[in-house]
Amino acid sequence: MSKLLKAYAQVAGHEVVSHLRQLAKPLVGMKVVHVNSTRVGGGVAEILEKLVPLMQELGIETSWEVIEGSDLFYQCTKNFHNGLQGKQIRIPNTQLQEYEKVNSKNAEKLRQQLEEAEFVFIHDPQPAPLLSHCKNRRGKWLWRCHIDVSRPYRPTWKYLRQFVSGYEASVFSLAEFAQNLPHPQYIIPPSIDPLSAKNIELPDKEVASVFNNFHLDPDRPLILQVSRFDRFKDPLGVIQAFKIVKKYVPDAQLVLAGGGATDDPEGEQVLQEVHGSSSDDPDIHVLLLPADAHRTINALQRAADIAVQKSVKEGFGLTVTEAMWKGKPVIGGNTGGIRLQVINFNTGFLVNTPEGAALRIRYLLHHTNKRKEIGIKAKEFVRENFLITRHLREYLTLLTSLHFGGSDRLELN
Amino acid sequence: MNVSANDDTVRETKIFEIKDCALIAIATSKRAINLKELQSILTQISLDSIYYHFWGGLLQPRFEEREYNNDFAAWAWYALHDAPLGERLAVVDPNDFSNLENLRQELLEIIDERIDEKESLAYTLATSYFEFIRSQIVIFDTLEKAHNPEELTALLPDMSTSSIFYHFIDSRRRLDNQGDDFRLFLNCHGKKYEGLCCRLAAIDPYFGTLSELKKQVVEVFSAHFS
Repeated sequence: MSKLLKAYAQVAGHEVVSHLRQLAKPLVGMKVVHVNSTRVGGGVAEILEKLVPLMQELGIETSWEVIEGSDLFYQCTKNFHNGLQGKQIRIPNTQLQEYEKVNSKNAEKLRQQLEEAEFVFIHDPQPAPLLSHCKNRRGKWLWRCHIDVSRPYRPTWKYLRQFVSGYEASVFSLAEFAQNLPHPQYIIPPSIDPLSAKNIELPDKEVASVFNNFHLDPDRPLILQVSRFDRFKDPLGVIQAFKIVKKYVPDAQLVLAGGGATDDPEGEQVLQEVHGSSSDDPDIHVLLLPADAHRTINALQRAADIAVQKSVKEGFGLTVTEAMWKGKPVIGGNTGGIRLQVINFNTGFLVNTPEGAALRIRYLLHHTNKRKEIGIKAKEFVRENFLITRHLREYLTLLTSLHFGGSDRLELN
Repeated sequence: MNVSANDDTVRETKIFEIKDCALIAIATSKRAINLKELQSILTQISLDSIYYHFWGGLLQPRFEEREYNNDFAAWAWYALHDAPLGERLAVVDPNDFSNLENLRQELLEIIDERIDEKESLAYTLATSYFEFIRSQIVIFDTLEKAHNPEELTALLPDMSTSSIFYHFIDSRRRLDNQGDDFRLFLNCHGKKYEGLCCRLAAIDPYFGTLSELKKQVVEVFSAHFS
């Protein structure tokens, strides 16, 4: 067994890795290509960073390609993102033309590789039109949507659907995100990598260093939200909740830590609004961290007493999974994949408003033992369900199922 | 690699071939927001979907402490907030039915009965949709074999939880007598294993995790041979 697989066997269990090896056997030697729009920043890039080498270790010829786009292209795809999550937004024709032009240009570069592959995973809307540029493709193409599309703005979805409907299958994180499409829609929640810099165990000293580095007091309660500065993550709602909490717990501290994704042009504006609404309180720390500050985020999550992810729309919420893996109770917005992870009184609390978040923060700060008990349960819940090994198992099952046919029971002899 | 869509793993044999499986969930895009819609979709949904909502979920991400043993009961309670319906659906034991079609009819009976009792419930909006999901299962041979019950007992601790799912739970769909592969195998090795079979039959696989189920199966076998 390779060093990489051995490392995962130690965290997830030897039988889990052995299971993966057996499941991968019929796929050995096949070519799989993943395509997305950013190499760093955001949950998709983080997943691919480990999923790709793991698939390679299992004997599947896997590669990861990133399309290149202009500022106008990313403005367009950000609008898609917002539209798919329900925001009513009119996308100018100039942006749509740029979207199609960028995909056409990228197709020139990637065509041969994509047409030769047995399987192509296209992640999210950014590279979705690539399929229409690969007329001689021999393999099966899957559209992997990481976004909460439960209630999309219809004109946005209608536009994108024309590019997506030709795929052999699509993959969504939750059943409620599935759309009316003429192909099978698989349900695969994402995952975290327990061995990545963001999730690996850290020495106590390194965890403690964040208090010094960010002028935090280790003796006072620390509440943390880690996420991009994005309206759907509701950082302003978190600040509002914190201001309510401070009336009852005056020594509480809040950290809003976010990195930027290269495909998110709206982040700067939201960050300014966050600064505007937090500048009057020295206990609110807004940290704009570089995209590779994984160990710092890891340490912050371990240093925190409570993790918050008060999203109003969320594809899955990997920061929830990360915090739970570190044994922290999570107060999460009652939306999307957060609902799959946060179970009231067991792994944290689901909330709908800043007031609700404030109430649950107060509860958890008051009940130290409950906080610990929830944290232990949360970690085990992640170990059983949301590690990358489970994610990979489901991808392998999906590929096997697509390769050998669509029967509801497939027996490999 | 040979592939068979027909399941021929169930055969009376004195050799226990350890199989493993992986399951993938597929959205049907059918969803119900009230009981009338649930009833209507349930009449026509594929049997795979009924299988998934009773059993398939055990191999899918979900919280370990299941309060209800099937998704229909959980939805009736958590989303429709109708405790009587939730309780009645929760006691439905799929093992009591010779096939999934009969199980479907039982679910429809219970829903009909509840609508007769409280007509307004048919159109009461639930707080979340019931999402009908179906599944595909991929079964593969681990190449491990037990030639007698003692050998099987030795191999059990190293079996994966999904393998336990296949031989102890999925088997109920494959075997006409609604049993499991372990009992089928033991019965082929003579009457001296009747006690062990009874203890296996007494294991309730509904509420725990697959890890807990595996632990129970291992304990029952180990106790017999100790």
